[in-house]
Amino acid sequence: MSTPIAFAFLAASVLFIVGIKLLSSPKTARKGNLVAAAGMLIALLATLPLAHASAVNAALIGAGILVGLVIGAVGAYRVKMTAMPQMVALFNGAGGGAAALVAAIDFPAHGTQITLAIPMLFAALVGAVSLSGSLIAFAKLEGHFEKPVTSKVQQFTNAVLLLAIVSGSYILLVFGPRSDTHGLGLLIMLLVLALLFGVSMVLPIGGADMPVVISLLNSFTGLAVAADGFAISNLALIVAGTLVGSSGTLLTLSMCKAMNRPVTNVLFGAFGKASTENVSEIASGGAVKPIQADEAALLLGVARHVVIVPGYGLAVAQAQHQVRQLADELAQRGVEVSFAIHPVAGRMPGHMNVLLAEANVPYEQLVEMEAINPQMSRVDVCLVIGANDVVNPAAHEDKSSPIFGMPIIEAEKAGTVIVLKRSMGKGFAGIENRLFVRDNCRMLFGDARASLQELVTQVKGA
Amino acid sequence: MTVGVLTFFVFVLAIFLGFELIFKVPSMLHTPLMSGTNAIHGIILVGGILALAGADGVVEQGIGFVAVVLGAANVFGGFMVTDRMLQMFRKKK
Repeated sequence: MSTPIAFAFLAASVLFIVGIKLLSSPKTARKGNLVAAAGMLIALLATLPLAHASAVNAALIGAGILVGLVIGAVGAYRVKMTAMPQMVALFNGAGGGAAALVAAIDFPAHGTQITLAIPMLFAALVGAVSLSGSLIAFAKLEGHFEKPVTSKVQQFTNAVLLLAIVSGSYILLVFGPRSDTHGLGLLIMLLVLALLFGVSMVLPIGGADMPVVISLLNSFTGLAVAADGFAISNLALIVAGTLVGSSGTLLTLSMCKAMNRPVTNVLFGAFGKASTENVSEIASGGAVKPIQADEAALLLGVARHVVIVPGYGLAVAQAQHQVRQLADELAQRGVEVSFAIHPVAGRMPGHMNVLLAEANVPYEQLVEMEAINPQMSRVDVCLVIGANDVVNPAAHEDKSSPIFGMPIIEAEKAGTVIVLKRSMGKGFAGIENRLFVRDNCRMLFGDARASLQELVTQVKGA
Repeated sequence: MTVGVLTFFVFVLAIFLGFELIFKVPSMLHTPLMSGTNAIHGIILVGGILALAGADGVVEQGIGFVAVVLGAANVFGGFMVTDRMLQMFRKKK
């Protein structure tokens, strides 16, 4: 690698570092993304003089980039805000797949050198796990196999797969490279096993935990890319991949912390497995009390302080603009309105912030869970829109509940709780919500968007 | 010190740098940050381009082509989707 090109890769690495730093503060986040993108452009341009390609291969490279660009752009711009997490999962899977393929191409030629063979094999296997795991995460978030797929042999299957992969890798590294064809056959077999492992690792994990899984697979892909960097001795790949790998690991841990669950619990203890025991069923045996929009509007209109708790239902109903209208309308009448954001509301941390920001809800109205809970007993009306598990008092009261110990927004302490809900279905964790049968809780059934529209009209007319 | 050892140095330092960089990030930024770092590992496109450039025979070309397509989708899609998310954090004027 000539010096100018090496410096270009160094510049790219520095821009990635600065980009990630800027991304971690709300004010500079967008700039951070652009800085990282600029680094990527430099790295790609610096690659061109390195690639001594035949005319055919050069044409293939151009065509491949173009196809990938179109797929990426269409995916990124056509996806609805609600489906953002799935899109990230898909892009991550693509990266993992690419990392695995890059390693697989080089393996037959350079696999004989043990210092190259180890990182190559690592990149191929981890990349493959990331690919299939991300696809399953995508399918889960799209709503396929809603219930965690669990079986008693799950842990056993995973252990056997892992053992097979490790021992296969050992055989390949020790004996494989000497005979070309055997090595290749074994490599393909290992790749298939790695793909299977990705599937069986993610399948039993509940949909509510998918953000954590995607974050973990994101750091997996990062590590696979770094390993590829070792294999083709490219420092930019090593630095970028490692940064993603380590920051992704930390991010995964802090997401788990926000849910007050150890990461092992997420990965190995499927949500809702030991959960729907009859204890919580009995506890919520009371009757729910419906409310009509006009009465709800009246309650809201005379309140002094209203707290709105948004959840995934708001995102599904695309009701972010309606909720802002309602907030504005109430604010005009002198009602103090705040939005209480649970760290894991929606399908991803920050999901609600993104959604409300899209509807131009002022930043100052968004309050974090820790800040709102002490005030909750002085709040007149708490309006829960399509949120369920994050306001379920079982997290405090019911030791047998799978969400026990998760911090919640203490909606039940407000004077009146009005819950906007499509039906009496369970939340994503698949458990009953005893909030709904509390004396101070009223249910406004229907599509969140239509209900909110009705509330806006009623508040205006009152 | 050999090149290999130096490379390993860079690798270990990058691990710590990654931890330091995102220490204490507000939870509202978890998703954009995940998405942004997701785009950064799209640098595998560089590896894909180099692999396809040296590809020999239809099989290698085919695999290399798929790698480039996947890598390019990761890079371009990743940065665009992150930008779209962050666009919405703009302050109300």
